Amino acid sequence: MIEAILRYEFLQNAFMTGILIGLVAPLLGVFIVVRRLSLIADALSHVTLAGIAASLLLEKKFLMFSGLNPLYMGMVFSVGGSLFIEKLRGVYKHYQELAIPIILSGGIGLGVIFISLADGFNTDLFSYLFGSVTAVSRADLWTILAITITVAIVIFLLYKELFLLSFDEEYAKASGLAAKSIHFIFIIMVALVIAASMRVVGILLVSSLMTLPVAASIRIAKGFKQTIFLSVIFGEISVLSGLSLAYYMDLAPGGTIVIISVFILILAILIKKSGFRKIA
Amino acid sequence: MAGKPVIEIKGLSYRYERETVLDNITLTVPENAFLGVVGPNGSGKSTLMKLILGLLKPQHGEIYLFGQEIRRFKNWEKVGYVSQKANSFNTGFPATVFEVVSSGLTKKMGLFKFLKKEDKNKVSKALESVGMLEFSFKNIGELSGGQQQRVFIARALVSDPELLILDEPTVGVDAHNVNSFYQMLGDLNKNRGITLLMVTHDIGTVSDKVTHVACLNKTLHFHGNTEEFEQLERNGLSEIYGHEVHLLDHHHEHEHGGVTR
Repeated sequence: MIEAILRYEFLQNAFMTGILIGLVAPLLGVFIVVRRLSLIADALSHVTLAGIAASLLLEKKFLMFSGLNPLYMGMVFSVGGSLFIEKLRGVYKHYQELAIPIILSGGIGLGVIFISLADGFNTDLFSYLFGSVTAVSRADLWTILAITITVAIVIFLLYKELFLLSFDEEYAKASGLAAKSIHFIFIIMVALVIAASMRVVGILLVSSLMTLPVAASIRIAKGFKQTIFLSVIFGEISVLSGLSLAYYMDLAPGGTIVIISVFILILAILIKKSGFRKIA
Repeated sequence: MAGKPVIEIKGLSYRYERETVLDNITLTVPENAFLGVVGPNGSGKSTLMKLILGLLKPQHGEIYLFGQEIRRFKNWEKVGYVSQKANSFNTGFPATVFEVVSSGLTKKMGLFKFLKKEDKNKVSKALESVGMLEFSFKNIGELSGGQQQRVFIARALVSDPELLILDEPTVGVDAHNVNSFYQMLGDLNKNRGITLLMVTHDIGTVSDKVTHVACLNKTLHFHGNTEEFEQLERNGLSEIYGHEVHLLDHHHEHEHGGVTR
């Protein structure tokens, strides 16, 4: 396989993207999970789909848009959707989770309209739904690299603020933290990472890489830093072994990656049950 | 004992939509005081807390913290806050006690700063002062309610606050731990000179620790030091304060009663 990776650019792109996403999705995912915002990732991935459909539609109908990378439009929609979710959470203060189904169904609705306007697409759209890591281009790779570096740096610099906001929002506000701005930066990062990871596992599975490694690590980790560390390790194991397995056995890479993270999760639960105990 | 005021509230009113929850409150908390705020449910105690913490904006009247109008107040690291445990945190949160207490330094350290050795020493010291140092590397969810509350006190203490605000801190703490908890608060007040403001249901248990008492039920019914309060109790507090207050004898060595709800 190493030889094949060295020879084929598409395989290089696939593995590089996988490594990046395996790092950044669980890294941000830890904050998403502990803030109980896991479903937001799902809602935003469906909005991203609408953006991709819009981009493909423009490409089909207008010559000037040919060659436009659908990833960019997906990002624009994802960020827009995240802002809209925040707005809705403000409007429905007592039903904050309502924002999620509203955005989720809105995203799909919009996507379906765009698809029908274009009289359907070729296999392209299918690859966005379930991921097609082998279709990642060099341009995609650079974009994903830029997002990964940006997100990693922001999390590093704002670590203690993000921690405080996640652990105890009321205390964060009472201690004079600019909670709104921090949350805003956070949600933009979520939107960008979702748009970036959909190439690897597809829109329908995007939230899995942000939640499954974290769910496994929360079971066994001591403390927050260890939770982050283990989540990233689990994420990388899933992506790398998933891609390799898919390559050898000719399976769908996105699905293989997700199933491996499910196995890791089950393993973590079993280890916890048999191994060390907590006072609880 | 009575120094310059730490909190000064003048003619403060607050309403949620149509319902008035605080009506024309005027209250001064001097330096080194330990003020117990009592009142029935819905008396506006929590709203008063939130206003003092800057979580809500005053609609009428003024609040001064350390002599500065609250809207212009910036030194929030001088104010420590311990909430009702049940309200504000997720017990499954994967953080160690040490990490939780470190987060109390977030504002004081400022943006883009990292925990240095001296900061870590401060965290250990704060944990030691509440008797929780040996639990530093346990996950917060593994502790009992009373232990968790001590950790939150440590989080508030780590930034060396001059004022500590506690909102019913003993909710969810086992009865037999409540006394040692109050003992610790009394020590903080006496030995470290921290001004304390505590909203509580059981003033009876703390009556030998607090220096001042305020009775709140939308308006301020009484505000003064503990001796005046006991005087008032003997003269029939329930008349002014409403029916929800019961005078209660408790099994303390001193024989005066306390007010509880």
